[in-house]
Amino acid sequence: MSNQRPAEGDASAKTAGRDGFAVEVQDLTRTFGDFVAVDHVSFSVARGEIFGFLGANGAGKTTTIRMLCGLLLPSGGRGTVAGYDIMRDYERIKLRIGYMSQKFSLYDDLSVRENIEFYGGMYGLGRGEIADRIDNLFESIGLAEHADKLAGSLPLGWKQRMSLAASLLHDPEIIFLDEPTSGVDPVSRRSFWLLIYALADRGKTVFVTTHYMDEAEYCSRISIMKLGKIVELENPHRLKERYGVSTMQEVFLKAVAGSDI
Amino acid sequence: MNPIEVHGLHKRYGQVDAVRDVSFSVEEANIFGLIGPDGGGKTTVIRSIVSLLSFDAGEVLFQGKAVDKNVDYVRSHVGYMPQRFSLYQDLTVAENLRFFADLFNVPRNELGPRVEQLYEFSSLAPFKDRRAGALSGGMKQKLALSCMLVHQPSVIVLDEPTFGVDPVSRNDFWQILKTLAARGTTVLVSTAYMDEALLCDKVALVFKGRILAADAPQLLRTRFEEQLYLAATDAPHIVYAALQKSSLCGECELFGDGVHFTLANGATEADVARALADRGTAFSGIRLIDPGLEDLFLKLMKEQQE
Repeated sequence: MSNQRPAEGDASAKTAGRDGFAVEVQDLTRTFGDFVAVDHVSFSVARGEIFGFLGANGAGKTTTIRMLCGLLLPSGGRGTVAGYDIMRDYERIKLRIGYMSQKFSLYDDLSVRENIEFYGGMYGLGRGEIADRIDNLFESIGLAEHADKLAGSLPLGWKQRMSLAASLLHDPEIIFLDEPTSGVDPVSRRSFWLLIYALADRGKTVFVTTHYMDEAEYCSRISIMKLGKIVELENPHRLKERYGVSTMQEVFLKAVAGSDI
Repeated sequence: MNPIEVHGLHKRYGQVDAVRDVSFSVEEANIFGLIGPDGGGKTTVIRSIVSLLSFDAGEVLFQGKAVDKNVDYVRSHVGYMPQRFSLYQDLTVAENLRFFADLFNVPRNELGPRVEQLYEFSSLAPFKDRRAGALSGGMKQKLALSCMLVHQPSVIVLDEPTFGVDPVSRNDFWQILKTLAARGTTVLVSTAYMDEALLCDKVALVFKGRILAADAPQLLRTRFEEQLYLAATDAPHIVYAALQKSSLCGECELFGDGVHFTLANGATEADVARALADRGTAFSGIRLIDPGLEDLFLKLMKEQQE
């Protein structure tokens, strides 16, 4: 793990962020008019952690994620993502994170390689850089043998891998995954999670948002949001023990019980 | 007579066999689930049943009538909720309900009481003047369900109705389905969520155009006959890799709380524990567990692929 602490007096370098934390926020708050979407939320995510972010629709998940990704300014609180201040350095944050959307827009009539090259170009990577990275990336994600196939011809599980590759090309420290394995078969889902574990072992921080409790089970820690606050922050197995139930679905329903959403 | 009977259904799209020899029947007032990943043929089966798709072989009976020869009957009697249900975003909740009532020739004097009943089901009454486009995902699904119930069909067919809906709204939605079934409505529903299988009276596990197994979920689990163990750990991928290399296991699958495995011939639980300990792999114990539907699905999937 590399030392992310900035040199003394280097004003442009990363600030705040204690060593080992990829995300650290305190009292993060966002209001829209009178509505408090995110209400004094504090948490930290260790580098290399797989962190699940759950909540009912309207609980403040998306607003929180948008603040962490540098897409929305908080109304209050403070924090760092990849060592950068979310109030000031959001443009830098955008370059240090990857985002895999559930609705990744692939070009069906481009090959896998062409899709990824296109995405790299959008991130401002040069041709040489893209060429240097792409083979290693495909190798590590198991896409090498499909690199020259048309994206449209691939089964869903491979499209999701391609989508993951696109989010990793610029070598981000943190990747955000939105329901990464929804709808795939149980075997493909497991291959995907093995990739995610391997990424985490290499120090990538993985932030998973999902409505899919099967996915929540694979996270090392999950948070559950309700009405703008985090009501649980814990390892999924210990949560099941504490609530005395056998599934995350039951944990979730109990944790947000009484919610009027 | 079962409300829905499917015998030997086969559907090809060009060179692709989307549905291969699928047979099942849905009993009255039951909830029947088609469970499986996307691209497995669930939607094709459903569209064939509601008469929206012709098929290449087999027989599909809706309330005893062949669907391909009784298209009008099927369409006026079934309640069908497609994957992407097109509510009118600019109409309010109440207007959407009235529109669908008119479409199905519900007499105007019956509309009032029916709509009240649907509001009661769906808890949508406080939102009846809200435009459909401004509803949350969970409420949209409930409105879509209400619209298709307005003509009081005795059989309803829903294609992945809870896709993308949060767990609380999913739970509400299933409670409504349970209530409908308890009052005599027959429900056919598809889903990619394995945990929803347990809420059905009967499920079919669908993969690559075939039904791998179909039965009551509690009975299906017993089809996993070998003894299944869990090696519990916070690092399941590491235990998984170790067990894969060990040749001590038959089935060996990654789960969130550890690795589920069966023992290979001659191997014992102690052998597995020792192998893990020898490699210095951290685990917090091995114990027998009851197989779940996911365990069975994985096993049957692999058998089919062999």
